[in-house]
Amino acid sequence: MAGKPQIPNLAEIWNDIKSGKIISDISKSVTESQVWTSSFRHGYADTPRNRVLQIASNVWLHLHPVKIHRHALRIKFTWCMGGITFLMFLVTVVTGVVLMFYYRPVGEYAYFDMKYLQYDVPFGMLMRNMHRWAAHSMVITVWLHMLRVFLTGSYKPPREFNWVIGVFLVTFTLLLSFTGYLLPWDQLAMWAVTVGTNMARGTPFLGHEGPFAEFVGVTSRYDARSVLLGGSLVGPPALLRFYVLHCILIPLVAGALMIVHFWRIRKDGGISGPL
Amino acid sequence: MAAPAKKKVEVVPEKLHVWPYLVRLEFLCAIIVMVLLTVWSITIDAPLEEAANPSKTPNPSKAPWYFLGLQDILVYFDPWFAGVVAPVLIIVGLMLIPYLDVNPKGNGYYTYTERKAAIWVYSFGFLVLWIALIIMGVFLRGPGWNLFMPWEYWDPHKVVALTNVDLPYAFGFRDYVWSSLFGGAVIIGYFAIGTAAYFVFERKAIKNVGFMRMFLKINLFLIMVGIVIKIVLRLGFNIKYVWVTPWFNI
Ligand code: HEM
Repeated sequence: MAGKPQIPNLAEIWNDIKSGKIISDISKSVTESQVWTSSFRHGYADTPRNRVLQIASNVWLHLHPVKIHRHALRIKFTWCMGGITFLMFLVTVVTGVVLMFYYRPVGEYAYFDMKYLQYDVPFGMLMRNMHRWAAHSMVITVWLHMLRVFLTGSYKPPREFNWVIGVFLVTFTLLLSFTGYLLPWDQLAMWAVTVGTNMARGTPFLGHEGPFAEFVGVTSRYDARSVLLGGSLVGPPALLRFYVLHCILIPLVAGALMIVHFWRIRKDGGISGPL
Repeated sequence: MAAPAKKKVEVVPEKLHVWPYLVRLEFLCAIIVMVLLTVWSITIDAPLEEAANPSKTPNPSKAPWYFLGLQDILVYFDPWFAGVVAPVLIIVGLMLIPYLDVNPKGNGYYTYTERKAAIWVYSFGFLVLWIALIIMGVFLRGPGWNLFMPWEYWDPHKVVALTNVDLPYAFGFRDYVWSSLFGGAVIIGYFAIGTAAYFVFERKAIKNVGFMRMFLKINLFLIMVGIVIKIVLRLGFNIKYVWVTPWFNI
């Protein structure tokens, strides 16, 4: 009787509902559908094969190895500090995108956008607080991570290269924090960045107050510091420059380096251990 | 007896699946940290002072807290060193650590006895020259970058007598050229003697460790110690510069 629709039997359906068979029927037809099988590449049953696939067929999780030494799980060994540092980075990325919806890096607007964010935008204050405190935490946790890696001697062969990447990462973490410090455009921001960037005046050869500057001919309007600030003081051009560095250039570079960092942990044979 | 042994292997395998053992740990850790961060962000607001005003310089003007160690070194060194050369040396020096420390022991576990020197140098640099100076910069540096104890009033008119002299002056040199030559001799002599002494003491290691490694290692170390010496000279003996030249002062 092909083509003729079957008339559902109410008593049968009722039986299916009561016995729970309907649930497994539905889940079967869902998980065997084309949409499902094309999205999820393996089952969820707790089998060794699925445990492997869970990592290996997931683009995010596969930065992990599939198997690790059991000592790598000890919180006492890693303090989980690298992971927490990465989590703090992710928090700043998410909250930072929210802040970017409301913030304009323009001398006339920046400070008032901050006020608006704090007093008028729903959850604006919370987003700002989370962004700032996560950034400060990241600075602290990256230092602690570095201390842990040093104390366990994990920079020794074959992990020398990953330590070097790490030093780039700690530098970029500080630069991210520093460029963000200017954006509220308040007294704290302007003068902290003034103090910080004044150092560039002293750059040997390239800063106008630095050693040997007279042989290069740099001036206060054209030296290492003015390149950084887009002028000879911390003004609107500096705000725009720091904004672009803070929101685009440094996060991209730091993010790329983090991926290399994680990849190298895997390629170097996983977390170091006493073996 | 085969059965219990096999069971033991199953319970404590050397290698574990990342899913679920590591991923669940990461997830748990992330939840705890996120709860803490959220509570922190709800209870404490990020600071926002009055609008930026280029004509109103606060006293003291402080860099962000994580740079206050470097800002404090400015008391003892000119900006070209404290603000540019020192940070570059820190970064380069850190990157060189794996290539300079050739001690094969202590790779992948905590140990103090097997690598005492390495741990002392790193801990001193990090905890004293970086962290302690930051804590001092945040809490004890007041107007005019003067030191104030926590219970003291930050008096913007506090007068601190500036009686500093340069090292050659303290040794009786009054002539500019001779002062400069003397200062140069002190600095170069410090590095030369330090390096020579190290090579003499460790002469057996040269063949294994290599000349370049040992040279970089001792000179980076001498720079770090030199910063401490300069701080002591200033605080204890009111010495401003050791070496004054027409181009730069140290
Ligand atoms: C944005 C900054 C960083 C992130 C997100 C990060 C992340 C991580 C993570 C998740 C691990 C796995 C083990 C653990 O959690 O401890 C790790 C390991 C490692 N990190 Fe980092 N890290 C960062 C910065 C650094 C820095 C500054 C250094 C050193 C200068 C460094 C050197 C290393 C090394 C050598 C390992 C391998 C450790 C081992 O095998 O025991 N990392 N990193």
